[in-house]
Amino acid sequence: MTGWFSSFMNHPATYLHTGWLQISISNLLVILLMLVVFSLAVLLPFPEEKK
Amino acid sequence: MSANRELKHEFDAAPWQGKTKRYDIVKEGTIALAIVAALTLVLALFMGSPDETPLTFKGWATTNADNFYATAVQELAGSSGTATYGGPYNKNSDGLNVGPFWLQKWAGVTHPIDTVNDFVIAPLSTQLMSSEVSSAVSTWNAAPPTQQGAWATSYDEAITKVEGKLSDVPAGEYGPVPALAAGLTSMAKSGALDAALLSQGGFFQTDNTKQILFFGDGSYLDDAGTAANLQGGTWGMMNETGRYPGQAWLWLYSFWYQIPPFNNEESAPIGANADAYIMYLMGALSLGLILIPVIPGIKSLPMRIPIHRGIWSQYYKSEGIKRRKK
Amino acid sequence: MSEMWTAKLRNKWQKNLPIEKLLPDDQPAYVSSWIYVFGVLTLAALAVIIASGVVLAFEGPAWYHVSDAGKFINSLHFWSVQLFFVFMVIHLWGKFWMAAWRGNRFATWMTGAVAFVASIATAFTGYLVQTNFDSQWISFEAKDGFNSMGIGAWFNVTNLGQMLLLHVAFLPLILGAITVVHVLMVRKRGVVPPIDAEPVSLGGRS
Repeated sequence: MTGWFSSFMNHPATYLHTGWLQISISNLLVILLMLVVFSLAVLLPFPEEKK
Repeated sequence: MSANRELKHEFDAAPWQGKTKRYDIVKEGTIALAIVAALTLVLALFMGSPDETPLTFKGWATTNADNFYATAVQELAGSSGTATYGGPYNKNSDGLNVGPFWLQKWAGVTHPIDTVNDFVIAPLSTQLMSSEVSSAVSTWNAAPPTQQGAWATSYDEAITKVEGKLSDVPAGEYGPVPALAAGLTSMAKSGALDAALLSQGGFFQTDNTKQILFFGDGSYLDDAGTAANLQGGTWGMMNETGRYPGQAWLWLYSFWYQIPPFNNEESAPIGANADAYIMYLMGALSLGLILIPVIPGIKSLPMRIPIHRGIWSQYYKSEGIKRRKK
Repeated sequence: MSEMWTAKLRNKWQKNLPIEKLLPDDQPAYVSSWIYVFGVLTLAALAVIIASGVVLAFEGPAWYHVSDAGKFINSLHFWSVQLFFVFMVIHLWGKFWMAAWRGNRFATWMTGAVAFVASIATAFTGYLVQTNFDSQWISFEAKDGFNSMGIGAWFNVTNLGQMLLLHVAFLPLILGAITVVHVLMVRKRGVVPPIDAEPVSLGGRS
């Protein structure tokens, strides 16, 4: 179980290229995740205090 | 500041007099710690972490003996990257500059490296040498520096002319240089060079400078960097080995190396001194980040692009607060 | 009669950071958004980084290459760093769009931004002391930037001993100190009021 994905992780990464822009899928996922989490944090309602 | 802005500023600075709600700071901290610890545990258990085995001279000399040999010759000829680097290793170059600022040169030689002795002669001399190598070292040491230079440079140039194909190098006046390079290559293949370079200067060593610099003079380290997509010119600074996430926070530092004039070493003065220019640039931008509150245009962005209406939507709604006019 | 230094310090401390401000049990009503959790998440991640780092320090920089437990602790350290930067940057984005420097909170913003830069520096020395191929590569590449500024004459990225001591002792102390000051600033000044909130004198409700 441990290191289940780690053999997957220890392979060369896949890169997305366009012109001089290049990013690994891993980094792209992290950045996209951050943008999604930020948007959710701003938009999702926060639990109100029960009076 | 206008009277309204002054009042708003005082209001923002004053202790909050309005509605409050209950809040448990210790509970919040504990929950946050539990969540982060759990997340870290799961990621560590399932994904592991990157750990690629370090390269060795033994690996270099075994997989690409010709390149190692040619690099050894460059170290003797003083034409390698390290030999021609400048400060803090030697005075054989003025290093990089930005305008009148030659910081690299001014900082001086604080980690002296003499590629001839430190990389070749001294390591060879730590060994029980074969008679060929032993006599090559003696011949080298007995010769005046001009003769040493002549031998090494003509061999280096001959190798360069045949693009590193050692079997095509014509006979010439190379003195003991071929024997020295061959001796060092054998020493590297045996694994002895890895230890000898590290232990120079004493029993206890924690400084890998000589090894790293010698490595970088050949193509073994460079090829490994390219294979792992770590080269600076392809956003390598942001990348990690394998499929692991890298250092996305270095995106802006890495960015400059992708665009002209920084990405062209031939382009003077900026491309040829890109490392220095980019350091200054990132220093200025970091200072800019710290000083955002006083930078006109940037400090007013949050007011002009009202993402805060989402953040404080519940409060604005419950208090009936509309968008503020300046 | 001249006042005792101790009394002066104690009075200043009690005036600016009384225990009720350090450990409050209420907050302004506008602190009701999920964006507010990212500061404490960043702190939590820092705690996990330090805890896993301390274990790595106990066993030395090469332990994790040869031990399964070591590899696991190294993985904890690696992922807590990733989470740390993710939470910290989201926290920074939130604070920017809230213009959280308003109302004399310039020092809070500044200490936060300095903590960000110091974190990058600390992480950088960490990457250098992995004692694997990545460290070899990063040290060879990074030396050029520092050498070009003359800093490399002292800050030698290829010197494992120096980088390790900076990473484990000096930089965490600096980062810790900056973080403590940053958090104390937040406690002292309170969470910034909303951009559109106005005093009664300007037509607001509060």
